[in-house]
Amino acid sequence: MTLADLNLVWPELILAGGALALLLIGAFRKSAGPVFDVLAMLVLAAAAVAAACGDQGRAFAGGLVVDNLSAFAKVAIYAASAVAIPLGGSWLRKRGDDKFEFPVLIVLAALGMGMMASAGDLISLYVGIELHSLALYVLAAFRRDDAKSSEAGLKYFVLGALSSGLLLYGASLIYGFAGSTRFEDIAAAVQGHAGNGILFGLVFLICGLAFKVSAAPFHMWTPDVYEGAPTPVVGFFAAAPKLAAMVLLARVLSEGFGGAVEQWRQVIVVLALISVFVGAFAGLNQRNLKRLWAYSSIANIGYALVGLAAGGEAGVQSMLLFMVLYMVDVTGFFACLCALQRDGKPMETIDDMAGLFKERPGLALAMTAFALSALGLPPFSGFFAKFFVFKAAIAAGGYMPAVAAVALVGSVVAAFYYLRLIKAMWFDPAPGAVEKPPLTANAIAIIAALFSFPVVLVALVWLEPLALRAAAAFG
Amino acid sequence: MIGLTHYLIVAAILFTIGVFGIFVNRKNVIIILMSIELILLAVNINLVAFSVYLHDVVGQIFALFVLTVAAAEAAVGLAILVTFFRNRGDIAVDDAAVMKG
Repeated sequence: MTLADLNLVWPELILAGGALALLLIGAFRKSAGPVFDVLAMLVLAAAAVAAACGDQGRAFAGGLVVDNLSAFAKVAIYAASAVAIPLGGSWLRKRGDDKFEFPVLIVLAALGMGMMASAGDLISLYVGIELHSLALYVLAAFRRDDAKSSEAGLKYFVLGALSSGLLLYGASLIYGFAGSTRFEDIAAAVQGHAGNGILFGLVFLICGLAFKVSAAPFHMWTPDVYEGAPTPVVGFFAAAPKLAAMVLLARVLSEGFGGAVEQWRQVIVVLALISVFVGAFAGLNQRNLKRLWAYSSIANIGYALVGLAAGGEAGVQSMLLFMVLYMVDVTGFFACLCALQRDGKPMETIDDMAGLFKERPGLALAMTAFALSALGLPPFSGFFAKFFVFKAAIAAGGYMPAVAAVALVGSVVAAFYYLRLIKAMWFDPAPGAVEKPPLTANAIAIIAALFSFPVVLVALVWLEPLALRAAAAFG
Repeated sequence: MIGLTHYLIVAAILFTIGVFGIFVNRKNVIIILMSIELILLAVNINLVAFSVYLHDVVGQIFALFVLTVAAAEAAVGLAILVTFFRNRGDIAVDDAAVMKG
């Protein structure tokens, strides 16, 4: 370890130091407040600046890779984490549950996700995953007097620990049969022919990561955890950790197993198609919006996996664009759910949304934009996201165009539940008055909706080359 | 002579017992936690056996990381289990059906 190594990991140093300092401040002040939230956001902003402007290279003998891809992913992850802090802070404060640990846990989770985005070694991969998972388990169970929240935390913990176990078992086999934990050396061992032991390990590793991104058939925790966990925490779960795990998956597959692309492509395609269809069909009879959006996120991870399976620069670029656009949509949607309350009870089912357009036209328009975007209707951001994925899949040739066509059928099925939500909001009579939404959640929802359309048209001009540069990091 | 294969077989058996312990036993969360520890033990046996076989110390370092993180994981898991117990009065997972999948 030299000073040059430490110079490359400024974002991680800032986040780790910041989290410890925040923990001390919180322990002395005994209470959180908006000022504390702002401090945590400043830490995340500083880390994002450090990630965007810092030097690039390989730190700790290849253990951490700092390149365009990790910089792109880290900025997106830190931004999504920073948005989750005021959203959750105001929501928890309203329920008398605000503890100073909330922003600290988000910062720690962001630290883990940043490590995942730049892992270059099976050990740093594992440490990154556990660092973010342990923080997320606690966040899911954050309302500890609420039976649903603690049950969600327990379920998430048991299945998350199982997935870490699968992933580790795969990692141990890969280490044994490739002779190294570093992705470069694994790539050298895989080059030409990959032995059965390595492929066996790779399948376990992919299964463990599929749990983390909630790709079917490893999705069973998602609906329960989304329903039980506090709403702003779910908005956080659905955004940044998914991007981090997808980037990690892309890095493992492209850097470590580039030589075995034909073998892993089949596995990823199967996961993608099952996810798209499970997400589309299982969502059809859900009335609870948090559960519904859990299935929606499963389907959307399916599309991102199609992009990844397409392989190459175009595939990784389409996956990155898809995930970033999806993150904005899903954060905005859960901000809407945080904002809406009727008679002191959160509005969580499709029936609760009846007549929302007459009551709160701004939020109803925002939710309509998110639903249409998730559906993939032009000119919303979801359309462009899917467009890039399908373009990459068609360009990849082979059986990938057929995969894209089948995935498109799934998105037509999913259209039913998005349109049902829109119908309830616009045409059904309202059962009672909706309470005045809190300022923070309202603002986040409206900004995200404006991004979804029309800001995305301008943002894409600038996001597309950035994502391409990030994808080119694999060379 | 006990070789690498024997260690790998023991680890594979432990791993399978651990996974089955989670999926077949659906009553007691403590037993689920024990099963998770079994899975991590299997991984550690694999890592150390490979490390000796390859004459490479990285596997043993990895095993130390796994041990440390497993301890942290058990602490977080037990803490969540305590809040779960406070809300419900028991830890049987069969009753954990406020939400249905």
